[in-house]
Amino acid sequence: MKFAILVNEGPYTHQASDTAYQFTKAVLAKGHEVFRVFFYHDGVNNATRLTTPPQDDRNIVNRWSKLAEENNLDMVVCVAAAQRRGIVDEGEMKRNGKDATNLAPGFRISGLGQLIEAGIQADRLVVFGD
Amino acid sequence: MLHIINKSPYDRPALDSALKTGEGAILLIEDGVYAVAKGGAEEAKIKGAMGKFKFYALTQDLEARGIADRVMDGVTAVDYAGFVDLVAEHKTNQSWL
Amino acid sequence: MTTKQFMFVNRKAPYGTIYAWEALEVVLIAAAFEQDVSLAFLDDGVYQLKKGHNTKGIDTKAFEKTWGALEDYDVTKLYVDGDSLKERGLTADDLAIPVEVLSRADIGKLMEEQDVLLSF
Repeated sequence: MKFAILVNEGPYTHQASDTAYQFTKAVLAKGHEVFRVFFYHDGVNNATRLTTPPQDDRNIVNRWSKLAEENNLDMVVCVAAAQRRGIVDEGEMKRNGKDATNLAPGFRISGLGQLIEAGIQADRLVVFGD
Repeated sequence: MLHIINKSPYDRPALDSALKTGEGAILLIEDGVYAVAKGGAEEAKIKGAMGKFKFYALTQDLEARGIADRVMDGVTAVDYAGFVDLVAEHKTNQSWL
Repeated sequence: MTTKQFMFVNRKAPYGTIYAWEALEVVLIAAAFEQDVSLAFLDDGVYQLKKGHNTKGIDTKAFEKTWGALEDYDVTKLYVDGDSLKERGLTADDLAIPVEVLSRADIGKLMEEQDVLLSF
């Protein structure tokens, strides 16, 4: 089965990103396919590479990047939500006159159409939020 | 339909809202698992709803909160793999955020 | 492109959080992708539809203009839970656009029929 996952909250403040991560891992472990993980609202904050959580705590951003790399996942951050919250890649930096980028590896910034497409292509879409 | 609830019933009315809406399966995750701890004010309501809904609670969240030893009878604990199975089994799922 | 039935479940009040606003942005994209879109308003979500939002004092964009856009995008299936309205002292006359007021049970049945249920 093809799964799509929507993450609506950022790292640490809500359990949503943790639960979504564990769920995504379990989907893959069961041999299903993850079509896309889409990050919306504060969920885009899972994609900043500038976090420094305490050494003895899980590194939520890096964990997502590693999962994506090991499983060739498509992790998409909504461009409108990213612009509001300051998650920036090279393209957005140039387009909006910013002086830095902060997008973590394994994530790409794109439009809400990617979420709709995920809803269309996947057999199941699960939402994690507040 | 699978209804996924992640907030404590003592904090948010999400569980109440789900209970009013159709039937099927209810999966409690994150803070939602507090709903199925024995002896709480929610117990009677949940037992009453067991005719219409099958209740599940996520093991890892029960354990994290120290209530895995006091889950109401009739509630099935599932792990993340079981969570995936529940989603696969039900054509639709709704997260009551 | 495949057409699926997308239902957006709105349960949150406007302005106190951004969910209602950003949810609407997804609705418009789903409609632009020619999906079969419906919106259900339950619990505090019904407050999103209330007439007469004047948001100047909180310096935030108001919803009412966006409801007009829904019609342009052919999004006309708007369902409101009658009990949620009543609990909050509202009637259909208080709402900014025409909606279908349904019982919670009927909304539940509609939800079961959907391919994709999105909440925010």
